[in-house]
Amino acid sequence: MSQILEKRQLSETVFLMRLDAPLIARERKAGQFIILQLCEDYGERIPLTVADADPEAGSITIIFQAVGKTTQQMALMNVGDEIAALVGPLGSPTHIENFGTVVCIGGGIGIAPLHPIAQAMKAAGNKVIIIMGARNKELIILEDEMRAIADELIICTDDGSYGRKCLVTEPLKELCEQSPKPDLAVAIGPPIMMKFCAETTRPYKVPTQVSLNTIMVDGTGMCGGCRVTVGDETKFVCVDGPEFDGHLVDFDNMMNRLNFFKKQEDHACKIGLHGGSKK
Amino acid sequence: MSYISSEKLAEDAKQAWEELTKRTEPLKPKDRMAIPAQEMPSQDPAIRRTNMKEVALGYTPEQAKLEAERCLQCKTAPCIAGCPVGIDIPGFIQAIADDNNQKAIDILKESSLLPAVCGRVCPQETQCQAPCTVGKVLKSVDKAVSIGRLERYVADWERENGLIETPAIKPETGKKVGIIGTGPAGLTVAADLRREGHHVVLFEAFHKPGGVMIYGIPEFRLPKAIVQKEIDVLTKMGCELKPNFVIGRTRKIQSLLDEDGFDALFIGTGAGLPRFMNIEGENLVGVYSANEYLTRANLMRAYEKDHADTPISDSKKVAVFGGGNVAMDAARTAVRLGAKEVHLIYRRTEVEMPARVEEVGHAKEEGVIFHLLENPKRILSDEQGWVRGIECLRYELGEPDDSGRRRPMAIEGSEFEIDLDTVIVAIGNDSNPLIRQTTPGLETNKWGNIVADENGKTSVERIYAGGDIVLGAATVILAMGEGRKAAAAMNEMLANS
Repeated sequence: MSQILEKRQLSETVFLMRLDAPLIARERKAGQFIILQLCEDYGERIPLTVADADPEAGSITIIFQAVGKTTQQMALMNVGDEIAALVGPLGSPTHIENFGTVVCIGGGIGIAPLHPIAQAMKAAGNKVIIIMGARNKELIILEDEMRAIADELIICTDDGSYGRKCLVTEPLKELCEQSPKPDLAVAIGPPIMMKFCAETTRPYKVPTQVSLNTIMVDGTGMCGGCRVTVGDETKFVCVDGPEFDGHLVDFDNMMNRLNFFKKQEDHACKIGLHGGSKK
Repeated sequence: MSYISSEKLAEDAKQAWEELTKRTEPLKPKDRMAIPAQEMPSQDPAIRRTNMKEVALGYTPEQAKLEAERCLQCKTAPCIAGCPVGIDIPGFIQAIADDNNQKAIDILKESSLLPAVCGRVCPQETQCQAPCTVGKVLKSVDKAVSIGRLERYVADWERENGLIETPAIKPETGKKVGIIGTGPAGLTVAADLRREGHHVVLFEAFHKPGGVMIYGIPEFRLPKAIVQKEIDVLTKMGCELKPNFVIGRTRKIQSLLDEDGFDALFIGTGAGLPRFMNIEGENLVGVYSANEYLTRANLMRAYEKDHADTPISDSKKVAVFGGGNVAMDAARTAVRLGAKEVHLIYRRTEVEMPARVEEVGHAKEEGVIFHLLENPKRILSDEQGWVRGIECLRYELGEPDDSGRRRPMAIEGSEFEIDLDTVIVAIGNDSNPLIRQTTPGLETNKWGNIVADENGKTSVERIYAGGDIVLGAATVILAMGEGRKAAAAMNEMLANS
């Protein structure tokens, strides 16, 4: 059981929650995630990145978009309510060191997991350039927090309602063309965005890390549902990842696998919205 | 093996028992061997295909007594040598024959913590029942005394009559022990350590305790309420349970010992890393590990489609790769979830199948289609990256290999296809690397299993290990046996420290 200590709505469908989780707050490092569940008998287990943590206060921050059954239910929960099961921190932490110049690219809700990584990269002495992208201004989250970290911040929107009207790959390409080019790119966002970020940096040989959010059940290596093809190997996102070399990930296969239960999930979401909670 | 209704079995047993009790002179071995071997009553295959309820229904009292009377009470008791935990088998069977079920359960519990579980899931035909004299004389292990069914009968009698007692606990020692993993090994160690008066904390990664008995073995083979009952006993004894707690992540082993005041730890995290075949198409949409498929169905209750949030495919044509108990469980779960065709593909013959004979029989009765001496070569994809079928090869058996089993060899040019929408890979598990990776100094072998001596002692002081994490994927009873030995060594170590 974990109590909701704070709840903020960041955009129409994006919410921030601070949860009481002293053990996770103490151990968690940038890049790691948690799995939560709203009902121990019938709830699904969903992975969410830890966007921030406060070991003294014993709390962690998660940011989620209300897109599925569980996240839609969570959007309706309030301060004082309890999350039935919360486990973590899971996954391998991000490898942090002073690489030189690191460009961090966040798309939509992917800006949330990018935040602690950008923070840690900055703390390690890197020059940090942040590119944030979303469909429109309303969907740009954590701008103040990112601005506080970034040596340079570039905002892009698809409709031009804020910042540059372009995809994140455009400024990324410009940075790769500069001399010196970035030493590392870290891209987190929708799979299609990460795929094209990796394609953008590939000709410039800029090492590119991506953080994958695949379907999971246990999150400890037991089910293998999260597996992805990386180079010639099959890797488990939950224990081998969630971060991988973006130039080696088979994104098309990964995107297919994300649709594994689309039919059943569309059904569940409709019931969830109109039929009330099944808790 | 044709299906006989439970009513008929009960009626036959009643008559046979009446006739037996009419006798005045004592039974001779010849008379005992003439008593018909008692079949396990089970749900009608046509009905059970559509429900998750337990298939095997358990003996009636008459059946149990008849079966108990079949035992010859051999002086040499070869059955005991076949039992990984050395249960006094003739002793508990004699107690059933004497109509003293309480004595029978007391004898069982001297050696086994989980008789209701082991009676259901142990591979008796390769353990205690394999050397049974009755089976030898009647020239079939199927005719051996059904020790497992009798074990289950007694354990169920105790539970159903509300007679399960919380074991006595010795005075508190002030020592604290952590048990990592709540499967059969961990639960056994917890009970044995708590009885000695140590404070016991059980850590479980999932939201519910029980390990493979909860997430893996399906309800129709091992009802979850039975496992829960065993766990309830531990909590009543005062064991502390911490679910949603991943050792290696939420807390590391070294921190438990150095900072959190644990005097000793037992690692029983099992074999929880699914093996794949490394063939083309294994990451296509529609391919599951058996672990994933069974966890969705059991622990996450995807079979209750109207209640569960966790989805599972609406599969019509399913193939399961493998010939063990897990393969049978996956195939039979697929049947119950509504698949029209379930193919079980195994590259050797039925003789080599590691699954319990009863599970193989049940799977056949439920309509699972067995493909023996066949093996998948690759999984075929449709245009969208979903499974559309598999290409298989036919096999033949060659010379015996290292395991003593005849080596299956592919017949060149024998390729053929099966149309499918779902594939479940059930070819075994490796050990989970999480603890190994986060515990410096903990010695493991080339398969990643933790190295432990015969008492479960690892290369690190105060850390013990047992069950599948040491043995590689094995059985509930072996995990329990290992747990008992480790617990004895831990109790001794704690008493002297």
